[in-house]
Amino acid sequence: MSVGVGSGRSVLPFAISAERRLEIPRWLPLATTLGAVGVALVISGILILLIGGDPIASFQHIVVSSFGSVGVLSDTLVKATPLIFTGLACALAFRMRLWNIGAEGQFYLGAWGASAIVLVPIIPSGSPAFVTIPLMVLAGFAAGAVWGFIAGWLRARFQVNEIITTLMLNYIAILWVRFWVFGPWSEGGFQLSKPFPKEAWLPRLTDLTGLIAAFSGLTVHLGLIFGIVAAVIMWFVLKRTRKGYEIRLIGDNALAARYAGVNIGRNIVLVMLVSGGLAGLAGMSEVSGVVHRMQDAISPGYGFTGVIIAYLAKFNPLYVVVAAIAFGALILAGREIQPAGIPSMIQGVILFCVIASDVLLRYRVRLVRR
Amino acid sequence: MNPEIILAAGVASGTILLFASIGEIFSERAGVINLGVEGMMFVGALAGFKVGVDTGNPWLGLVMAMAAGGTLGLLHAIVSIHFQADQIVSGLSLTFLGTGIALVLGEGLSGAGGGTLLPVLTIPVLSAIPFVGKVFFSDQSILVYVGYLLVPAAWFWIQHTRPGLHLRAVGEYPTAADALGINVYRLRYVYVVFGGVLAGLAGATISMAITPGWFANQETSGQGWIAVGLVIFARWSPFRALVGAYLIATIRRLTLDLQGPPNFFGIPNPFFVYQPSTFFLDMLPYALVIVVLVFGSRAALRRRLGAPAALGLPYVRGERGH
Repeated sequence: MSVGVGSGRSVLPFAISAERRLEIPRWLPLATTLGAVGVALVISGILILLIGGDPIASFQHIVVSSFGSVGVLSDTLVKATPLIFTGLACALAFRMRLWNIGAEGQFYLGAWGASAIVLVPIIPSGSPAFVTIPLMVLAGFAAGAVWGFIAGWLRARFQVNEIITTLMLNYIAILWVRFWVFGPWSEGGFQLSKPFPKEAWLPRLTDLTGLIAAFSGLTVHLGLIFGIVAAVIMWFVLKRTRKGYEIRLIGDNALAARYAGVNIGRNIVLVMLVSGGLAGLAGMSEVSGVVHRMQDAISPGYGFTGVIIAYLAKFNPLYVVVAAIAFGALILAGREIQPAGIPSMIQGVILFCVIASDVLLRYRVRLVRR
Repeated sequence: MNPEIILAAGVASGTILLFASIGEIFSERAGVINLGVEGMMFVGALAGFKVGVDTGNPWLGLVMAMAAGGTLGLLHAIVSIHFQADQIVSGLSLTFLGTGIALVLGEGLSGAGGGTLLPVLTIPVLSAIPFVGKVFFSDQSILVYVGYLLVPAAWFWIQHTRPGLHLRAVGEYPTAADALGINVYRLRYVYVVFGGVLAGLAGATISMAITPGWFANQETSGQGWIAVGLVIFARWSPFRALVGAYLIATIRRLTLDLQGPPNFFGIPNPFFVYQPSTFFLDMLPYALVIVVLVFGSRAALRRRLGAPAALGLPYVRGERGH
């Protein structure tokens, strides 16, 4: 069959032919993804040029201000930490072809749940860190998981489209957090809570300055380690366990999975629950590791960027970590890029190019002489 | 708290959802899900407002809004029809792209515009009908009336014309449609682009008629997503989309009105007394979409009325399957 341009009445001396691939070479997925990102950057550059910007300077700025020194590298990793979790959350759900677009809301709920531990407060103030932090992790995971569960249960029970429910739940979650930071937790009428006590802070490298002077000012925190551990666990579960096999089977062929006796409804609920929990951990790590208080608009879209990261990583948890660091850099540098919409635009272009490049995995495209 | 005023406002802002969901109905009837409605609305809202203000010609703005929405729709069509990419993800990236482009180009644009850019009409005889006249035919934007006409027109086109039959065939069973000589690819392109055009119009309805002005990232407030949800509730029928659009928009309006009075019938109004509690009112429209979807999905299951059978599946000529 022929795909796309060049089929039929062309003036060119060659035609583009596409044949379905029977098997995909091992190197190809990585090559097409990198190629697609390259094409996306060129297109983004042209777009920046069209709106009167300087693409070379923009990209240079992104690289220098996110990888240029140990200090900014640490900042990049700080931005990457929540993205690892939201990327994993999306990758897990997407692997089963469950479209959890609600990582943003689950992030907010997770941040809220973790904050509730010290702000309600659920534990007496002055509790030591080894009690406070684990409880915040649990609460963050649980709150995000509840949000994921709602959409998962509605999908499994009533066939309600999870894309719409998770999106609507995003708005509800953001308003829910707004209620708490404008109302019960408001500090002196401002839209933020009082700062957390030190016992509720995830340890940072800079906290070790007394031991190693070079760590001074490095704000990268323990959440990064949590994220990498979560990625490794998820990789192991998906690749090496029965549950992971079930999830992959449902994603590849739900009908075959059903005939094989896999309980699809239960897996939907479970995966949405864990996916929501992972996104909740992103929120926990952000309030406990970076912001140290609860506030309105705590996420600049980490949940949505998780969608792109999951796709770039082809749902592989280990690649999620790599993609998250790249996008951490984009978000970090993007704060200073004007106009403010450019990072979102670049993200859209990258995602478009990556999914369009998938056609190269399915087809062998060649130029043939007429 | 005059019911006529609330309903009239609901009908006015429901027109936004109406355009967007009718557009999505056409696209999905042809077998292509487009989750980029929010992004297409965003560029439509910007293009309409900017061109309308800059040139002083609102009609040109309207045309540019539809062209902008249609262009993004075309992008989705190319990626999802010819490149056979996953429609869900292509639509999502369209939302990122549209939002980003609109924010970039809208940078520095002044906030609120002065008054409506498009004419407001009162229909002479119909507006005299008690209640109905006040709600539907008095002081409504011209686009609201376009909405009234669009719904029956869309229904008639889909259900009672030959091109409508082709449209449904392409979405239900493209292989058979192809065998009958219908150009599946071309029809899908046409309707996805048309869906984008209507989404662009929906965006322009926000920025030029209902809440004139440019409010950067507050512009669409998730209405594109609500429209996608409405299509499922409407079970791909324009008339049910109209009911859903007006209903949700009326509830949105009602939540504003409930915050005003200090008390109801002598009981202190909690939303007036404790301002943060109004955030719960703001949640209502979104929660309502979920509730409505649950009922819509249950009814669809019970009556076996589902989505177009080939919805979301790329069509590959000459291959087995759909």
